[in-house]
This record gives sequence, C-alpha cells and structure tokens, in this order.
Amino acid sequence: MRKLHKFHGGVHPPQHKTESSCLPIAAMPLPKRVIVPLRQHIGAPAKVHLKVGDHVLKGELIGVADGYISAAVHAPTSGTVSAVDLHAVPHPSGLPDLCITIDADGEDRWIEHQPIDYRTAAPDAVRTALRDAGIVGLGGAVFPTYVKLNPGRQTGIKTLVLNGAECEPWITSDDLLMRERAAEIVEGIRIMAHLMQPEEVLIGIEDNKPEAIAAMRAACQGTNFEVAAVPTLYPGGGEKQLIKVLTGKEVPSGQRPINIGVVCSNTATAYTVHRAINHGEPVISRIVTVTGNVQKPQNFEVLIGTPIEEIVRRAGGAIADTSHYIVGGPMMGFDLTNLDAPLTKAVNCIIAASSALFPPAPPAMPCIRCGQCAQACPCNLQPQELYWFSQSRNFDKARAYNLFDCIECGCCSYVCPSHIPLVSFYRFAKSEINMQDREKIAADQAKEHFEFKKQREEREKQEKAARMAEKAAAAAAAKAAAAASGEAEDPEAAAKKAAIQAAVERAKAKKAETAAATNEPAETANTTEPS
Amino acid sequence: MLTAILVMVLLGVVLGATLGFASIKFKVEGNPLVEKVEAALPQTQCGQCGFAGCKPYAEAVASGRVAPNLCVPGGDNVAKSLAELLGVEFQPVGGAEGVGPKPKMVAFIDENTCIGCTACIKVCPVDAILGSSKLMHTILADRCTGCELCVPACPVDCITMEPVKADLATWKWRYPVIELKKAA
Amino acid sequence: MSSPHILTPGSKVSTIMLLVLAALVPAIATYYFFFGPAILVNLTLASATALAAEAMMLKLRDYPVKFFLADGSAILTGWLLALSITPLAPWWLIVVGTGFAIIVAKHLYGGLGNNLFNPAMVGFAVLMISFPAYMTHWPTPLMLTQHPVGLAEALQYYFSGTLQGVNLDAVTMATPLDTLKTGLNLQHTVGEVKHMPIYGNFGGKGGEVVATMYLLGGLFLLRQRIISWHTPVSFLATLALVAAIFYGIDPNRYASPMFHLFTGGAMLGAFFIATDYVTGPTTPKGKLIFGTGVGILEYMIRVFGGYPDGVAFSILIMNAAVPLIDAYTQPRVFGHNTKTE
Repeated sequence: MRKLHKFHGGVHPPQHKTESSCLPIAAMPLPKRVIVPLRQHIGAPAKVHLKVGDHVLKGELIGVADGYISAAVHAPTSGTVSAVDLHAVPHPSGLPDLCITIDADGEDRWIEHQPIDYRTAAPDAVRTALRDAGIVGLGGAVFPTYVKLNPGRQTGIKTLVLNGAECEPWITSDDLLMRERAAEIVEGIRIMAHLMQPEEVLIGIEDNKPEAIAAMRAACQGTNFEVAAVPTLYPGGGEKQLIKVLTGKEVPSGQRPINIGVVCSNTATAYTVHRAINHGEPVISRIVTVTGNVQKPQNFEVLIGTPIEEIVRRAGGAIADTSHYIVGGPMMGFDLTNLDAPLTKAVNCIIAASSALFPPAPPAMPCIRCGQCAQACPCNLQPQELYWFSQSRNFDKARAYNLFDCIECGCCSYVCPSHIPLVSFYRFAKSEINMQDREKIAADQAKEHFEFKKQREEREKQEKAARMAEKAAAAAAAKAAAAASGEAEDPEAAAKKAAIQAAVERAKAKKAETAAATNEPAETANTTEPS
Repeated sequence: MLTAILVMVLLGVVLGATLGFASIKFKVEGNPLVEKVEAALPQTQCGQCGFAGCKPYAEAVASGRVAPNLCVPGGDNVAKSLAELLGVEFQPVGGAEGVGPKPKMVAFIDENTCIGCTACIKVCPVDAILGSSKLMHTILADRCTGCELCVPACPVDCITMEPVKADLATWKWRYPVIELKKAA
Repeated sequence: MSSPHILTPGSKVSTIMLLVLAALVPAIATYYFFFGPAILVNLTLASATALAAEAMMLKLRDYPVKFFLADGSAILTGWLLALSITPLAPWWLIVVGTGFAIIVAKHLYGGLGNNLFNPAMVGFAVLMISFPAYMTHWPTPLMLTQHPVGLAEALQYYFSGTLQGVNLDAVTMATPLDTLKTGLNLQHTVGEVKHMPIYGNFGGKGGEVVATMYLLGGLFLLRQRIISWHTPVSFLATLALVAAIFYGIDPNRYASPMFHLFTGGAMLGAFFIATDYVTGPTTPKGKLIFGTGVGILEYMIRVFGGYPDGVAFSILIMNAAVPLIDAYTQPRVFGHNTKTE
C-alpha cells in the first residue's frame, strides 16, 4: 500500500456525481454543422489551413500548430467549410473568436489513418505526431501534451502521474471513461511511459470512484503501473496537489512539475494519445458530462464543434426553471454566455443551473478576519490578505503575498462566512497586474524606439550637414560658373513643388466627393506644405 | 540651571554634528527621483504635457517646477503615482473635474488617401510608421503608442485613431462591485 | 456571476456570533446562581444599548441597518462587556461603556471587520479609568451575604443609585484578586490571605465555578471550530507558566498558577475575548505569539501593576501589535522554501 501525503486545506462540497454516473457514455447524432475554434489550447492559436468552400474529410488537418507551444486542429466530420469567421465560443468574457465552420455532408468519411509504431519510431517523431494530432490536456488546462512529454535537458524522470481524480462536484466524464475504456487508457499510458522512461507510473483516482479504480486496476494487470486511491477532497485533482499527495513533493512556485522530475497528465489525455498513435485518429471528440437541471443527466461522446445547445437537447433538454449554464464544474466553471457556442477540447462538463440547485450568493459582508479561507486554501496562501490588497488595488503587495500561486480553486470563497467573492478579486488583480506588466514592457520598448530615433536623427543631421557643406562648396563653384553664363534657377525644384500642390488638390477633391456622396460635412484638408 | 543649559547646548552640538556628518557622508548623487518619475511615465513621447518627450517632463516634475498631473496618456493612474513619489496631493489630470481614463488608441492610415509624403514618418517619436517617399505608408500597430502626433502632420488627413478592441488574449476581469448599501 | 457557484451551506456571520453567545449561556446561568439576578439586568441593558448604538451609527454611515444588525456582532460586544464589569453598578455605567465600545471603538474605526482594538475591552478600559470607584462594587457571592440582592433590588439600584434598607458595602466585596493584592500590600502572605471566606477551592467562591463554565464554553467553541486552539492555549499556558515560576520562587508572595487561571477575566478572556477574529492575528504562529504576549502582560499587571486584573489592558496592548505580528508570521506558501529544492 502506497503511503499517501496530505495537502493543506481543501473542502468537501456535496458531490452530486450519481446524477450523471448511472448511465453509460451515450453517442450523439451527427450535428448539421460544427464550429471549430482555432484557439482551443494554451499557447498560440492554430493557423487556418484552408479557405471557405474547401471540402474536408473527418480528421483532416484544418489548423496548423503555430510555434512551439501550440497544437493542431482537425475537422470533426466530413463536409464543406462554410465560414472562417468570428463566432461565439465558451469563454467567461463572452467575446467571439476565430472559428472554422464546417457544414456536415452527413457521410462522416474519415481520412486515411496513419498510426505510428511508437516502439520503433524516434521519440521526436512520436512527439510531432502528438502535436499534429492536436493532443492537449483534457483535464481543463488544455496544455499541448507533446511539450509536456518532452524531457528536454532534464534527465531522470522519476514519476509519471496520471490524473484520474476528477475532484470537482457534478463532473463524471473521466470516471465514465475509466470505467468503460480502461484498457485503451492504459495503452496510452504505455506510450507516455515509453517517451518519458519514468521510474514509476502512478494513477491517482479519488476514492469516490470505486468502479473506475477497479477497472483501471484490472487493465493495469501485467504492467508496473500503480493505481492509487486518493482521499476524496477538493481540489485533490489539481496538478500540484495530486503530485503532493502521491509523491510528497511540492512543485516549486513558478516552475513546472518536470523540474522536480514529475510529469502529470489527465487520463482522458492518455486515451487520446493511444487513439492518435495506435489508430491514427486526431482529437476530434471528447466525453462531456451534461448534468444539473436537465431531464436525463449523463455523459456523451461529442464531436468537437458541436453547438452546446444540441448536447443539452440530447440530454432531454433543460428543465423549465433553468436560469443559466455553467461550463465546467461549480467550483471553477464559468457562465456560458451564448448557447450557440461550440464544444471545445477544454469543455468537460455543462451544468444547467437553476436557483434551486445553485442558489444565488447572499449579499457580501465586510471581511471579519475569521481566517477560515486561510484554513481552506490548498496552496497555503493567506486569502484574506490577498483580498485586502486586491480590493484596495495594492498590486505590489498582492504580488509579494504570492497572488500568482493562487490556482483559483474557489475553496476560500466557498467557506467565507461573509460570502465575499474572493476569487473574483484575485482574477481582477491578476489581469490588472498582467496588463501593467505588458504596458511596462511596451513602455520600455517605446522608450528604446524613441532613443533610437533620436540617435538616428542626430546621425542623419550630421550626415546631412556634411553633405550640405560639400554641396555648398560645389554650388558656390557652380554659381560662379553660372553667373558667368547667366542660367536661370533650377527648374526641377519648381516642377516638384507644382506636382505636390496638384496631389494635395486631388486629394482634397476626392475627399469632398466622398463626403458629398455620403452626405457628411466635408473636412477641411490640412494646408501645411509638406517639406 | 547652569547644568541644564550646558546639557542642552551639548546635545544640540552633538546632534547637529551628527546631522551634518550624515548629510555629507550619505549624500545621494544626482536626483534619483527623476528615474523613478520617468519609470512611472508611459513613454508615449507625445508631448501633450508640453515637454518634448517623457524624460524632459520627468526632470521638470522631479525638480518641482511643474504639476505632476499633466500626462494625458498616463491618466489618473500616473498622476497618482507621481503625486505619491513627490509627496504632494493628487490632482486628477485636467484639473478638478478630471479626464476619464482614455481607451488605448492606435493610429490607422487610410491607404486610399495616403499620398506617400513621409510627413507622418518624420514626426512619429517611436518609428511606428513604415513607409518611404511615394510608397504606401502603414502604421505598425504594436509599436504605436497612441500619441496622436501624426494626425495633424498628415496633409491629406488620412490618419485616424482607432480604439484597440479587446480580444480573448487581452481581455481583463472586471473589479467585482459589492452593492453593500443596497443589500438591505 | 463568477466561480465558485456554490457556498458552504449554512455558513454565515450571524451563525458564528450566535454560537459564541450560546457558549456564554452556561457561564451566565452559573453567575446568576452564585451572584444573583443582577447580571441579567446588566446583560439586557448592554444588549439594548449595543443594538441602539449600532443602529444609529449604521444609519449615519448610510449602511443597510437591518442587514448588519442581524449579524449579532453588536450584541456579542455588549455581552462581553457586561460580563467583564460588576452587575451592581448604576445603569449609565454599562450604557456609557457599551456606547463607547460600539460607537468609537467599532464604527469610528471603520465598522465590522475594520476595528483595530477590541471594542468590549476598549469600553472596559474607558470605564476602568474614568470611573474606578464604581468598578469595584463587585457583588458578594450569595452564600456569603446576609442580604442577597434580588432582581427588584438590583433594578432599583440600577436606576436610583440606592439600595433599600441596606448599605452597599454589605452586599459588595472586593474580588478575590483585589483582596489578594490588598492583602499582599499589607504584608500578609498568600496563604494567610487565602483563608478568607471569599476563597473557594482554587479561586474565589462562585467565581471559580463561573470560570470553569467559561472554560467549558470555550471547549465547545473549539469543538465547533469557531475558534482555534492557538490563542487560548498559549495565553493560559503562558499565564500558568509565569505564575508557576514566581510561585516556585516564593509561594508566600505569589499565588499559584491554578489561582491565576480561575480568577478574574482569565478564562473569559482566553476563550471569548482574545480569540476575537477582527482584532486578533490571522496566522497560527501569530496567534501563539499574541496569546503569549497577553499572558505575560496579564501576569505583570496583576502582580506588579496597579490594577487587580489586567486582561483588558493586555489584550489592548497586544491588539496594537497585531498588524506587525501578522506581517512577520506569514506561513510558508505551497511551493516556496521546500526542502526538496
């Protein structure tokens, strides 16, 4: 029995798992059109690889990975590209993003599959295949997996951790995937272990999922992968927290787990790794839990790009008193602003919310310094201090008190007796600080450009002065000669002046024309002469 | 009584000497305030404060000659930082009423109208305009600081200021407002 | 609406305040049993003043009155002050104290959550310094007096300042701590003083039982996780330790640790006053330092200072140090200073 460690704090929200975990994963009928965003992962969005009117096959590349931290995007079904345009996407801002819309032709025809034998191929080739198959972390962080599976200069990876914890209430997609497709997940883990060569492989599953634990243990027979049942405690599925529980090590602030010899990936990601390498299938679908205020809460296997509205309808539709939808879990999820938004790789759950299931928060009171938030914080931060600094916009102190170590898990807001929306304050402070940092960099660059321009002008002035001196000497000589022969002034200069004046007149006339056509008052052109 | 006077005089001499010594030994060369003030300015180099660039304004502010609330692109945030650095009371930009924070704008050249005269290129303080004589000019949006110096310089009036649209990458969370007074 | 979309069910400020008030009830009942019903008059008047003062200040500051009155923090301040001073005092004593506590110490410093000093202790300090004579008329334990003060008589004393047919001195006597201090000043030994009738097994008669009830109430709060163990344990342990040291040096001049723990405001202070959220430190190490400081100061004031009991002053002095304590006792954050770096 493996010794498990503990992390500080954590809360026990009501789990609500059985609502959606009783039914097996259901299939979805083919949608009429799919809307595939190009930005479905951390890093640079994929670059569009086709144009409107192109016909694509299922699994065909439609967005190329752009740069090192990026992943490819593929067509979830066969059809014709009908738009490459801004469309609503699931994001807390409600802002639209660039998406490729494909009208399905109903045939759902695959491209030719090209699996790789990872045992004989070069590791870099396997990693490139992962990038080009669009493999990203499906636990919600959507970090491009091939970057994670690259040890780089780091030698001696000690532990490969598989995250099957799924600690948020209501979400059961990983649970069902582990119950039904454990063997394929283990195949994916084999590929990852082959690439990283860790000393041990640990699969962490919260103990509220006994069926999944049993299924994974059965599938791991004959391997040295160990399935560890971790205590159910939110946020035990957070990467850093799970690593602490399973290995006792803490990922140092600002660094990634690979720096301490650990790599952590989600079990659903392992599944897609197997499908990509062993079957040549890029990421075009995922398991989504639809739960909450719907008639038949359950898990579906859904094509990326399916409008969320269709998925909710498939679950029997929302019950009448549904007031809004939550994308993700109740602790870290955000409100869905537009039901027409498509499913992306990051969406693992859709909760239909009503005021009965999710009563609105009572009005907030002042902070009474009870310290319950500090007791609940899994990162051992002092949320009340961060709150005071964020609220008063004292960003330097907020940063000094490790605001950026906050994983925004929501435990602090969950326990606050004054019902203060603490996480909102931290998110505000973080975006303000990020913006200030960006502005500082821009200001420094602007200063550099300004200094450079001043230098350049100085240099040009000097060069010009030198040239003028030469010219003056030559002109004096020429003048002396011209005075002798009686020639007129240089006609070129006069012609140039006339041409410029003509251009200004033309532009003025054009502007007046367009103004008259659109019935707007014409602007008076600037009459200063260009030098 | 005599001893009291002597003690006070002695104290005065000792403390005065210590202060004098400290003012010589720990004297700071130059005026570090100028660098701090300059670091707080947005480096737009627009001249809207009345000085030819951010460094001259920083020097003037640090010497106390001018008010710290003249930087328009910096807005009230910069006015506040400068007031704090100088230890004076904060005045909003533009006097008592204040000017609200302006959204970041970048210049945009209407390519149909541009005549390629290079007038704007000459005045841009950060070389954010690409172009050459008789060739199309264009604004390099990520270098443009929104100083608006190019707008009056164009003889055909083809430069407008466009606000920078928020997109997913630069979107910010809003300050959560708690309606305490309406809670009852 | 931002995440999280769920909150701990039943988590409210008013619940916390109510539980603390509930934890005080056994002690109040015991007090009634041993010292008569005057305490109830004190409590009622304190509650009424507290609510009135709070309502007035909220209205003046333009805050929603009903919303904030319902959180129970004003009543708690009133009760703690009422339990700290003698019930046999004129009505205006508790009114002035509670009014000052709520208006000045709480609201003028910013209201709920923003005050630097413990309001109840500020009220106590004001009364102690301004009206020292009235603060010494502590009631005699009922078993020791010929004339137990009933409810009617208490009310009458409250509002008229005179007791019918009986001299005030007959129904009041100095507290156990006060008696000890006076006795020591008269060069008696502790042992001699402890033979006086006012003393029970290890504290004052009646008073020691009330103190035990405060201890039990405090343990209840610990169990309910309303307070953490750091402040009470460090306070009481320090007090006991310092007392033990001096007792070890000279048992004739210094009372035993048990005596110090069960007399005066030690138990009440340890579990109910020093653990105040708003004015105490927020970090566990900070709480230990705070409790230790209060313990040392308490002993010093009791034994070497001018007042018989020093809970209020020691807590107020340590309140002033709380921001500094908080700043220097920040706990290690996840991922920083790990031993595996």
